[in-house]
Amino acid sequence: MTAAIAIALTVNGEAVAAEVKPRLNLADFLRDDLGLTGTHVGCEHGVCGACTVRLDGEIVRSCLTLAVQADGCAVETIEGLSDSGEIADLQNAFRDRNALQCGYCTPGMLITAQDLLRQKPQPDRAEIREHLAGNYCRCTGYHAIIDAVETTARARTERAT
Amino acid sequence: MKAAAFSYARATSVADALQLLARHGDDAKVLSGGQSLMPALNLRLSRPGILVDIGRLSELRGIAVAGDKVTIGALTRHVDLLGSREVAETLPLLREAATHVAHPAIRNRGTIGGNLAHADPASELPACMLALDATLVIRGVEHERRIGAQEFFQGIYATALAADELLTAVEIPLPAPGTRHFFHEYTRRSGDYAMVGLAAMARADKGHLSDLRLGYFAVGDRPQLVRAAASLVGVDVTPELVAEARTELMTELDPPSDQQATAAMRRHLAGLLLARCVAAVLDRPELAPEQAS
Repeated sequence: MTAAIAIALTVNGEAVAAEVKPRLNLADFLRDDLGLTGTHVGCEHGVCGACTVRLDGEIVRSCLTLAVQADGCAVETIEGLSDSGEIADLQNAFRDRNALQCGYCTPGMLITAQDLLRQKPQPDRAEIREHLAGNYCRCTGYHAIIDAVETTARARTERAT
Repeated sequence: MKAAAFSYARATSVADALQLLARHGDDAKVLSGGQSLMPALNLRLSRPGILVDIGRLSELRGIAVAGDKVTIGALTRHVDLLGSREVAETLPLLREAATHVAHPAIRNRGTIGGNLAHADPASELPACMLALDATLVIRGVEHERRIGAQEFFQGIYATALAADELLTAVEIPLPAPGTRHFFHEYTRRSGDYAMVGLAAMARADKGHLSDLRLGYFAVGDRPQLVRAAASLVGVDVTPELVAEARTELMTELDPPSDQQATAAMRRHLAGLLLARCVAAVLDRPELAPEQAS
């Protein structure tokens, strides 16, 4: 019964069918089976946030989700968010503000920041910090990341009015 | 690390889940949101032979207010608690506590039943169950039973659940009108497990405390209702009485030392929380002069 189980899901809008071992987590499935290596694996126990993806529109830790649990779900990764242009402005703001150095945390940071901006278009800095509190960055000291998210929120609000 | 190999069965109903648990006994682990179980699997602290996935049993997800109690299904997620008008109106303590449970991505998956059944002594919700005098609803193949929160939590990751039982819901009595709540925890990082925390309910009638329930967490092997503040009930509370209650609390608690905090630090923080709680419930800030955040 530890044998592979058939699953069917969509990943970044494309239908995917696969057979996966029950113990395979979603992060490893995305990286190793589908080659989507933008989802990073850091701590593997839910602390660092580098593996954050969207599952049916909500952000989740892909290291704390089994691939079999994603059966029938819609998964979106950093590749999907990047290619669609959804977060192009946020990515530009990160680059402009030097909000990344090694880049390891960046996919998770971007997805989590975008999640906040979808729920709350004009967050204050404390709210940005709180929403990103589950994502570790060992390079930047966070201030630049907060700046980039704040800048993006302001620019989007101005564009919308 | 990666989880050791296990089998997987997705339960199609509560009855099906109970049959699977009865068949596999100690070899099985229940998977709900997975936000406590998956770390344990990945770190190989837990090596079950089979996971029984109850995550799609939608009948276990939901919040209902009826009569004199609020019933919360075991698969209700932390994000559901945060978004629920019923919870905000009837159980503001639970709503406030849920904001401190881990991080948004984890609150989207983690469930109240999984949290309580995991019984981490540093977790917020078990202490809330004590403060709210909750009853836990447990089902087996041929029985259903109810147990008070104080009997449910039995030690580190230990509960009254047998291997073939499932926690299906919690029932929380509606707090009497005018009941106030207090919640605060000290953490190294927002969203991390607490070094010390307090979930409390109390009434303040004409400046006197009554119905005081102080549920501490991260102070021992399980959440703990403390007696130390009983001397503050029904009397004119003075700074001296608060100081005495804090001294009593120091002897009542026997917290552990670990990499997060020493026992002495935990005692100190627990005392601060006691003062802050009493000050907040009575609207008398002078009773908590130390304003550590």
